[in-house]
Order: sequence, then structure tokens, then C-alpha cells
Amino acid sequence: MLKILKYSFYDLMRSRWSYVYLAFYLLLGIVLLFLNNDLSKAVITLMNVIIVLVPLIGTIFGVMYYYNSKEFTELLLAQPLKRSSIFLGQYLGVAISLSMSLILGLGIPFILYGLFKSSAIWDFSLLLITGAFLTFIFTALAFNIALSNENKIKGFGYAILLWLFLAIIYDGIFLMSLIIFEDYPLDKLSLVGTMLNPIDLSRTLILLKLDISALLGYTGAIFKKFFGTNYGLIISFIALAIWVILPIFRIVKKSRKKDF
Amino acid sequence: MVSIQNLHKKFNKNVVLSGVDLTINEGGIFAVLGPNGSGKTTLIKSILGMVIPNKGDISVLGENIKNNSKYRHKIDYLPQIANFPNNLKVKELIKMIKDLRGNTEADKHLIEVFTLEPFLDKKLGNLSGGTKQKVNIVLAFMFDSPLIILDEPTTGLDPISLIRLKELIQTEKANGKTIIITSHIMSFVEEVSDEIVFLLEGKIYFKGSISELKTKTNQPDFEHAIASILTNNHA
Amino acid sequence: MKKHFVFLLAILMACLNNAQNIEVCSTCPVTTLKSAINQAKDFDTIIVKKGTYKEHDIVIDKPLTVVGKNYPIIDGELKGEIITITSDNVTVDGLFIINVGTSYTEDYAALRVRKSKHFEIKNLVLEKLFFGIYIEKSNHGKIFHNKIIGDAVEEYNSGNGIQLWYSNHIEVEHNHVQNVRDGIYLEFADNCLIKNNISTNNLRYGLHFMFSNDDIYQDNTFENNGAGVAVMFSKKIKMYNNIFRENWGTASYGMLLKEINDAEIIGNTFTENTIGINIEGSNRIVYKNNNFENNGWAIKVRGACYTNSFTENNFLYNSFDIAYNSKVNDNVFDKNYWSNYTGYDLNKDGIGDVPYRPVKLFSYIVNRTPETIILLRSLFIDIIDFSEKVSPVFTPDNLLDNNPLTKRIIW
Repeated sequence: MLKILKYSFYDLMRSRWSYVYLAFYLLLGIVLLFLNNDLSKAVITLMNVIIVLVPLIGTIFGVMYYYNSKEFTELLLAQPLKRSSIFLGQYLGVAISLSMSLILGLGIPFILYGLFKSSAIWDFSLLLITGAFLTFIFTALAFNIALSNENKIKGFGYAILLWLFLAIIYDGIFLMSLIIFEDYPLDKLSLVGTMLNPIDLSRTLILLKLDISALLGYTGAIFKKFFGTNYGLIISFIALAIWVILPIFRIVKKSRKKDF
Repeated sequence: MVSIQNLHKKFNKNVVLSGVDLTINEGGIFAVLGPNGSGKTTLIKSILGMVIPNKGDISVLGENIKNNSKYRHKIDYLPQIANFPNNLKVKELIKMIKDLRGNTEADKHLIEVFTLEPFLDKKLGNLSGGTKQKVNIVLAFMFDSPLIILDEPTTGLDPISLIRLKELIQTEKANGKTIIITSHIMSFVEEVSDEIVFLLEGKIYFKGSISELKTKTNQPDFEHAIASILTNNHA
Repeated sequence: MKKHFVFLLAILMACLNNAQNIEVCSTCPVTTLKSAINQAKDFDTIIVKKGTYKEHDIVIDKPLTVVGKNYPIIDGELKGEIITITSDNVTVDGLFIINVGTSYTEDYAALRVRKSKHFEIKNLVLEKLFFGIYIEKSNHGKIFHNKIIGDAVEEYNSGNGIQLWYSNHIEVEHNHVQNVRDGIYLEFADNCLIKNNISTNNLRYGLHFMFSNDDIYQDNTFENNGAGVAVMFSKKIKMYNNIFRENWGTASYGMLLKEINDAEIIGNTFTENTIGINIEGSNRIVYKNNNFENNGWAIKVRGACYTNSFTENNFLYNSFDIAYNSKVNDNVFDKNYWSNYTGYDLNKDGIGDVPYRPVKLFSYIVNRTPETIILLRSLFIDIIDFSEKVSPVFTPDNLLDNNPLTKRIIW
């Protein structure tokens, strides 16, 4: 698997898209920091970018890579290699190279800006960790979609839909249901609702850092326990990890049964 | 060498193989024939483990291939359509496959035979179909495995390379290897193969030598024999 | 008035010249504070040497100066009030007072000043207390540089650190109050100055004003109190350069204003509070040059607030800048810096060309269904906030800052 990972990774590292992605983040980081000169504001803007854009790029890139490397995959399938290692290797190659673009692209401008001397370093690290998690989750989801759809157009369609649903529509439905059932105690429901969507989950992690003052204004005991202690942080990370593991598990399962 | 029992495969509702029983003995060249869509490639891919059968057992060199990937060390495979990662150089591709399967020195000789030296530093995406097929052949033959599977090996080859390929196949046969070939070029099949298997609508219609086929169909030459099977069956 | 004071001072000086020192220690002729007070004549100085004195109900009923050397411990053994001052011109300095009795019927204090003038209470350390320093119907006093460390757990059986009740012209400076019910409590206390105090970790309020007018509080720090600072039913209060930090909780705020008129709130910093300022029924208040940083809500306006003006403040990275619960607005927002402002400044005059709307639709939704707070900063919420910004339906459409600054204000 490591060998496949290596080749997928190299393959991506020399593809134009990785550079575009890296350059985009570099530019974003530089613009935010050096034109704005406000680290806190930059971190908040970055948060918005990360929870929207990282999933989108992870999904699109994952689907694209899968379809584009079909030949490579078939070549590998004829070799004495385990199927699961082929797909996991490719998946990890994509996810790692995307995460690296993200971390380097944003990290370099921030380090140049003197992040290590700033108190924002924890917020910023959390942001990058969350971004990496989202990349791993959405690339895995993308691989799932691609594995289940031979048709490229359909695959892309589903991938975009998935993103649209998790990034926007889900929250709309979530908000509606909270308003409709406002007469009932909702804190458990709202936390569960958050756990079921990786984008919301990452957002919560970031809220824990940026908006803790506002979150503690709410009365619910479970809310308080969740946001007022490390409990929330731990649960969120566990949930994120589950969100990575489940789609990967399905990649392994699906790839075992698939014909090429 | 390869034994297949009661192999069934359908894609969605489309039945491709229905109850194929086949035993391929060690040594010799074995051709799998059949009209388009008769399941040749599916059969080969099943042996390679790329297609998962709905039913039936396949064993290669005495090993059941289900959930197994190690047996593929003993197979060299030449895929039908030579599609490679486009932004890889020929050299790198060869190096990579060696990295994945183990080292070998045979590639140097093969590169010479097919005059591929000028292309080694080119990206695969920039090669012509024929050149790609030559690379494909190098990759397939550079390992010394007891079983060689060639899916449409002649596609896109120029006459010189075709001759080289035939020589190569004969050498391997002389080395005691088992070679499974599919092809549409009947003259090629007739020239190289010792035994043929004819697939029709997902079943084995005929298995035996070419002369046996000629006798069975009462036709003077191989090409007509095949044609007669098809016309008789469609009539 | 001033003349009177000078005269008084002159008498005091004269008396001091004749005044005697009485020493108290375990091996001295006088071994208790009580007996020292008994023996002392007016304007004597009692010097309490290092040691532990188990005494309570000490009444200082003549103008005396009580000075502790190296912090002698006055241990009340939880039996009741420890020192009560009932005379004018008393100074108490440098004592370590512990173990005040707790009662549900009487407000026992470590030190109480009752109906006296010109007192001075300084350099005390109070621990294990019920009430700390209780000023009752006394005027013209100073409470300076005391340290009050409580261990309050429940509101109903704990007292306040420094309490002023029907007392005017008191200066409370450089005190440190923590872990009591209210750090500093003023009720019917006018013309007082509360300055440079630190009030933290108190159960209820860091500072609590009730029915007290014309007071100034400035340069104080209020941190991590149960509910922050409450200023209620008072007029003409000046609040300058205070720091309000980390007051977190359901009903917690940096500052609560209730029925406050004609106040000035200038140069204060509100950082990481659930609500920076919570305003209810307060009119004609000037908010200027305040920093609101990383609060849940910088300002929450609960209604009946008229002709307040918010100018030249910095609103930085608050989850919500302003929350309103009505559609009517009679307050002015002008020339503030809003970090959430996204407009542009084409003529480069430092003022954004598009007005800023500090009230978001989402703050209404959260007000109605508090659990929705979990959707804060989601793309969907941004979209509905944006549409509300473009055409206000739920928020007062005249509530905007027409001159939002493009750079943070530094003063």
C-alpha cells in the first residue's frame, strides 16, 4: 500500500492541479495577512474558507482523480497487489497531497507573518487540523461515489450534490427543524444533528475556539457540558475520526466486490 | 495450470458467462476465441481476479484465487487497451512496475527488441497507440512467470514488431510456459496456438485443436470454420 | 466645607502630637485589642504586633488609629462580627482578619463602619469572611489597598466584599476582591469613586450598583464573575477605562445596565464576555471609545432604550455585534469600527462607503430558538444574513452605522 501511496502521491505532486491548489492557498494566506494586517480577522476568514472550500475541493478532486487514474488502477489490478491496498493507497495519496497543499499553502504565509510569536497559533493549528480532517473525509466520500458510479458525469453530479447538501441544504433543514420543534428541549438533538454532518462538526470545533463566549450563553446542561469542558473537543474529534473511518471502510468493502 | 468450474458472471442483468468449465494444462499456447461480447475478456479478467464471479471457482496453479492476490505473482498480463497514467515517463513506469513486482533485468533486452530506447524519457501521454502497445508488451514479458495472459496482443503493432512478438511468444513456449491469448486476428491465432477454446453466449462451444475444429465444421481453413460456427448458430 | 475640613485637620494634628502609642502583643502589658481600645484616649495609636488575637465584637468607639505590624491575625473564630467602628476619624491599617461568623439574620462583617465620618481603612487582608468591609450610613471615607479573599460557594449564605449602604463620598481604591458574592456593592451611595480595583471570580457581580447616583468608577478590572457588573436604577454614573473580561454564562455579561440614565461609558474594554453590555430601559447614555472584543454579543438591547449614542467604538470579532429585540430604533450608531464590515472605501477617507448593519437576522433566530446558536457561522446562515442585509425585513431598517470606519480606532 505504501508503494501505491508513493506513486499516487508523486503522480499528484507533479500534476498541475496540486500546484493550483497550493498557489491558491498561498495567495489567500498572503492576501489575508499582509493586506489586512489582522491575524484574528484572517483566522476567521480562513475558517469560512476552510469549512466551505476544503470539502468542495476534496470531493471534486477525489472524484476527478479516481476517474482520471482508471488506467493506472487497471494496470495495478493486474499486478500481484491487494485490491484494498490499491484503493487505499490511491485514496491516501490524494488526501495527503491535498492536505499538504492546504497546510503548506496556509502555513508558509502565516509563518512568514510571525505566527509562532502570536497567541493565534492554537486557533490556527486547530484550523489546519480541521481542514486536514475535512480533506480526508470528503476525499473518502468522493472515492465512494466514484467507486459506485461507472459514469463519470453521474459521479461528478453526485459529488457536487453531496457537497451542496452537507454545506448548505443540511443546515437549512436543521435550522427549520429546530425552529419547528422549538417547544421541546433541543440541546441533545442539535448536538446530534451536528455530529451527523462533518462540515457542521468541524464548524463546531472552530466555534469552540472562536465563539465560546456566545455558546455559553445557552442554558441547556448538555450544551454546557459539551462546550464548557474539553468534552466537546474530544467528542468532536472522535466523531471526525469516525467520519474518516466509515467511508474508508466502505472503500475497502466496495473495492473488493467491484469488477474492472 | 488453470482450472475453472461452473463460472457464472452477469453485469447487472446482462449475463456474460453462464457455467464455464475449463481446464488449461501446463505448457503450450491456448487461444480464447469468440465473437464480440462473448465473454472472452471477462473470462480472462476473472482469472486475473479483476472481475469477481457471481458463482464458480477458479484456481491457478492449484491455488484458489478468491480473496487472494499472491497468485498473481505467477501471471504476466497484457491488458487489451494499453492505457497508462499520462504524466508518467516510460522509464518511470517500468521502474514502478519493477518496484511493485520485484526486480528483473529482462526489460533491457525487450526494450532493445522493440526499439523503445528513444521513447524512454517521453511521457506516456505523448506516445502513439503502437508504441504504447510495445511498452505494454515489455511490461508483460519482463517477468519470468509460468503463466502469460495476452489480451489482443497484436493491436496497433507494425509488421516488424508483430514478428518480434511472435518470436517472443515462441521462445516463451519453448521455455515451458503456459500462454493464454485472445485475438481477432485469425491468422495470428492459427499460426501460434496449440489449442483453442471457442466461447459463444457465455458458454464454451468448442475446445480442442484447430484441426479438430476444421473436421468438426467440415471447413478447409480455420477462418471459415469459425465463420461457419457463427452463421450456423445464428441461423 | 473645605474650611471646615482644614480646621478639622488642624485639630487632628494637634491631637496627634499629644497622642500616645499603645502596643498590643502576647507578652506586652496589653494583650488584646479590646483592652487596648478600652485604655486608649482619643487620637491614640494602637500598634498591634505580630501574633494571633482571638477576638470578635471589637468596637472602636473613639477616634483611634489601629495599626498592625507584620499583619497580626485577628481571628473571629466564626463567632460573629469582628471589628465595628462607630466613631469618626478612625483609621484601621494592616490587619489580617479571618473567620467572620455566618448568619442568616445578621450581616456580620469583618469590619463595619457605622454612622461615622472620615474613616480610613487600608492594607487589610480579609479571609474566611461573610461580609468583608461594610460601610453603613457613613460618609467621607477611604477604603484603600485591601485584599479580600472569600470562599463563597452559594449566593444565599455568602456576603459581599465591600458594601456601601447609604454612604456618600467614599473612595474605594486599589482593592482586590475575589470569591465573594458581590465584589463591590453600592446601595444608596452617591458621589463615590471606585478606582483601580480588581474584582474577580465572584459568585454574582464584580460590581453592583443600586440606587446610587453621580458615582465614578474607572480603571477597574472585572474578570470571570458570575454575572459581571450590574448597574441598576442609578443616574449620572461615569464609567471610564474599566476592563470587563471572561464573564461567561447563561445570564452573564460584562455589564448589565438597567434603568440607567445619563451615564457616560467611555474607554472601557469588554473582552470575551457572553454579553458585553446588556441594556434595558436605559436612556441618554454615551458610549464612546470602548473596545468590544471576542464577545458572544457585544451589545444586547432589550428594549425601552432611547437616545443612546454609540460612537467611535471598536467592535472586534464578536459573534454578534448588536442584538435587538424590537423593530424600533431610537439610538445612534456612528463612526464605529466593525471588524465584520465588508464594504469598501473608494475615496480613501477612512470611512466605508456603504453603511454597516450591525444587527443580523440570525441574532433574531437565536433569540427565538436558542439552540440554533449551534449553526453560527454556517454557510446557510451567512446566506440568510446576507439577504436580510440587502433587504431588511426583521431588523430595524434605520439601525445602521452610516459612517463605519475602515480602520480600528486607536485613542
